Amino acid sequence: MKPSLAARLSLRFVALAYLFVLLLVPIGVILYRTFENGVVAFAESISTPAAISALNLSLLIVAIVVPVNVIFGIVVALALVRGRFPGRGLLQAVVDLPFAVSPIVVGVALIMLWGAHGWFGAVEDLGFKVIFGLPGMVLATIFVTLPFVVREVEPVLREIGEEQEQAAATLGANTWQTFWRITLPAIRWGLTYGIVLTVARALGEFGAVIMVSSGFPGVSQTLTLLVHARYIDDHNTFGAYSAATLLMAIAVIVLLLMTLLDRKRSTE
Amino acid sequence: MFTGAVGPLGIGIATLWLSLIVLLPLAALAFHSVSDGLGTFVDAITAPAALATLRITVVVSLVVAAINAVMGTVIAWVLVRDEFPGKKFVNALIDLPFALPTIVASIVLLSLYGPQSPIGVQLNATEPGLVVALAFVTLPFVVRSVQPVLIEADREVEEAAASLGAGNFTIFRTVVLPVLAPAVLGGTGLAFARAIGEYGSIVLIGGNIPYKTQVASQYIQQQIEIDRPVNAAVVSVALLVIAFVVLFVLRLVANRGLRREEDDR
Repeated sequence: MKPSLAARLSLRFVALAYLFVLLLVPIGVILYRTFENGVVAFAESISTPAAISALNLSLLIVAIVVPVNVIFGIVVALALVRGRFPGRGLLQAVVDLPFAVSPIVVGVALIMLWGAHGWFGAVEDLGFKVIFGLPGMVLATIFVTLPFVVREVEPVLREIGEEQEQAAATLGANTWQTFWRITLPAIRWGLTYGIVLTVARALGEFGAVIMVSSGFPGVSQTLTLLVHARYIDDHNTFGAYSAATLLMAIAVIVLLLMTLLDRKRSTE
Repeated sequence: MFTGAVGPLGIGIATLWLSLIVLLPLAALAFHSVSDGLGTFVDAITAPAALATLRITVVVSLVVAAINAVMGTVIAWVLVRDEFPGKKFVNALIDLPFALPTIVASIVLLSLYGPQSPIGVQLNATEPGLVVALAFVTLPFVVRSVQPVLIEADREVEEAAASLGAGNFTIFRTVVLPVLAPAVLGGTGLAFARAIGEYGSIVLIGGNIPYKTQVASQYIQQQIEIDRPVNAAVVSVALLVIAFVVLFVLRLVANRGLRREEDDR
């Protein structure tokens, strides 16, 4: 198909104009609004006590969720690729489930399980507050990020096969040695890519977290909750723009990392 | 060996983990939705406000899916078949909505289309506002599913058709579109499934006006807030069912496409 020059140019114009209006102009406006009062005002706005505490909470959640997802993600991926057991297809489907569930529904489901009147509501009587506490926010974040590590590690495991691992085992290596020396080095880039996706989503999750957080400024507000609260509760539009710009900067870094890793993965 | 290279311990841990994190909360949700009997379930789902919110959600998501099907294909085509300076940048830009937190998407769009709009366009708390927000967050789906297919597509068939005198439109309709259709459909379905559950990107720009711009996720959130957990659970289940049906149909279509491809060989 060789469209005429006019057709090609008009298609190009339509595509670029759509992206311009939908993505670039809004982002340009928010950047302008954030920095129109100078960089100092922006820096002050993202270093208030509430903002620092929100950043810390977001990072704390990431610091808990990433190791948990890495360990269990690798176990699940190994079970899906190397395991031969009835119900494997079902497990496969469960891994994709979080992608199909609305973040709000994730929050409601967690309340129905862990909330005061939920199935596991008894843990609250033991003094372990899940809903409206840090554990709830962590559980919500794990739910929405669960597929990433599994889905990035799984194809690599399938590709490398079992021969090297079996060879190591024949030579007398135990399970741990085989994992550290053979399996982990092989999956490292896939795993790293999965971690980057997990970090991005964990920092950016909003719907699931707002349902299970008490949302007190300086206590239980993540960065995304801070953006929301500043706009809705405080009518602090500039503060909301600044916090959003901070999150946007993190997202762009993540995007660059993803591009770099993608290149690394495909050259190996 | 029955369990393969992973011991029964590994399989046990994997199953337990997925059950605890994903299955048990959803089971508790489903159980809660019918805990007051089926009559309450039916009442909650047929309540005028619930029906209205589901209707708004599905209609807006269908519009967004249709926009994505057309614009996503055009963008993918331009990114694969066209050459222009800055193409790499545009290509990287496509992933931005996936990397950006949804609440940031909301506030970004609000800065342009909200009360302080520098261009005087007010989409705040209107249906077009919902459409713009959802189009923003679902942009990558169709582009990223059509792009690889276009790269792989056999251009010789197109050239043969052209040498036999077929016009561009005929070639597109009879040669290109059948090859692209499964990818377009797949991406559109994913965009739709994402749109019906979306919350963060519309929470600021949507306005949350019942019977007008309140989408299902906002309705659910509101029901939890006013302590009507059963209503929230029922509408949640409805959303889940819609998403599962869409994804199930997509898988069926994809499998049929695969089988046809195998038959051709």
